[in-house]
Amino acid sequence: MCKSNGDGHPHHDHEHRHPNGHGEEERATRVRVDRAVLDKNDRLADYNRGWLGGRGVLALNLVSSPGAGKTTLLERTVRDLAAEFPVGVVEGDQETDADARRIRAAGCRAVQLNTGVGCHLDAAMVARGLEELDPAPGSVVFIENVGNLVCPALFDLGERAKVVVCSVPEGDDKPLKYPHMFRAGRVVLLNKTDLLPHVPFDPDRFLDGVRRVNPSLRVIPLSALRGDGLAEWYGWVREQAARRQPAGV
Amino acid sequence: MHELGVTQAVVELAVERANGRRVTRVVLEIGKLSGVLPDAVRFCFDLCAEGTAAEGAALEIVEPPGRGRCRSCGADVPLDGPLGLCPCGGTDLEWIAGGELRVTELELTDV
Ligand SMILES: Nc1nc2c(ncn2[C@@H]2O[C@H](COP(=O)(O)OP(=O)(O)OP(=O)(O)O)[C@@H](O)[C@H]2O)c(=O)[nH]1
Ligand SMILES: [Mg+2]
Ligand SMILES: [Zn+2]
Repeated sequence: MCKSNGDGHPHHDHEHRHPNGHGEEERATRVRVDRAVLDKNDRLADYNRGWLGGRGVLALNLVSSPGAGKTTLLERTVRDLAAEFPVGVVEGDQETDADARRIRAAGCRAVQLNTGVGCHLDAAMVARGLEELDPAPGSVVFIENVGNLVCPALFDLGERAKVVVCSVPEGDDKPLKYPHMFRAGRVVLLNKTDLLPHVPFDPDRFLDGVRRVNPSLRVIPLSALRGDGLAEWYGWVREQAARRQPAGV
Repeated sequence: MHELGVTQAVVELAVERANGRRVTRVVLEIGKLSGVLPDAVRFCFDLCAEGTAAEGAALEIVEPPGRGRCRSCGADVPLDGPLGLCPCGGTDLEWIAGGELRVTELELTDV
């Protein structure tokens, strides 16, 4: 989020002896550092980007609150797109390998990462996940992040884009309540549109919220369960995949 | 709570920079638009620092205010949160300050 102004070169830090007021005048040194806190993660994310780019692999980071339908969407996406390009999935959950097994049953390679107490994937975990997944050149890799609309917004994994999945029963107020995530996303998939007749949800209110938070965010309404809207999502994935590059380009 | 991961990163960065010395003070910038809660970082800091060279370090947090530039009229607009509004009615604001999440200063003490 803020790495743009973080070029921290520790060797350029200024060190000078400075009394610290705790009777340690001779030993305390004040050091100006000026380094982005997530510098290490951002560097690893850059490493992942290079690793992916070198293989011509497109990586997309799916983020949502728990249960918005990421795995259901991926099960379908794998079935429908696996004939067009090799597909792989990196699954992030606090516990269990249930989602990776669902994805494998749908017909593609999947690696499960468990974050334990962690509430998001970071670039180091994804580096290990990619190594293990070992996607074929030209693959599309979907990274299913831990269900959480707050924390994953901050952590770059080296993906091309964050895909925010938000579902109708969560309510139309989510963009305004979780602006950081909607700001970080490139596209938002409004899932479970089959439930629109059954729950109070004002699509215009949702769209207004999205525009307020991130005017360039594209919204694709769909139902992963019934299949409505999937063609537009696949079209978007194909557009991104067309831009994945062979080594060195 | 991503503040735990953020605070761990702060401690790691400080300890690495200390290069064998003790970290006795950390100054952190957490911009108003960064999405990170200073209180949560304060809450995590002692725990994250425990058992490291930063154990017991004082933590000082500076919170730079948010500022955006309106993409409709070009005005500079103060922002106290991610949902800004320009006097012209524009809501499409480019963030020019307030996204900071940086360690700006350390105090290191020889052991
Ligand atoms: N009605 C309806 N239900 C759906 C749809 N998509 C997913 N679901 C249901 O929503 C529930 C959660 O779906 P998952 O795909 O497991 O959601 P997830 O985002 O992967 O969940 P976590 O990994 O736990 O965060 C399941 O009961 C799905 O059957 C949809 O389009 N319509
Ligand atoms: Mg899932
Ligand atoms: Zn304006």
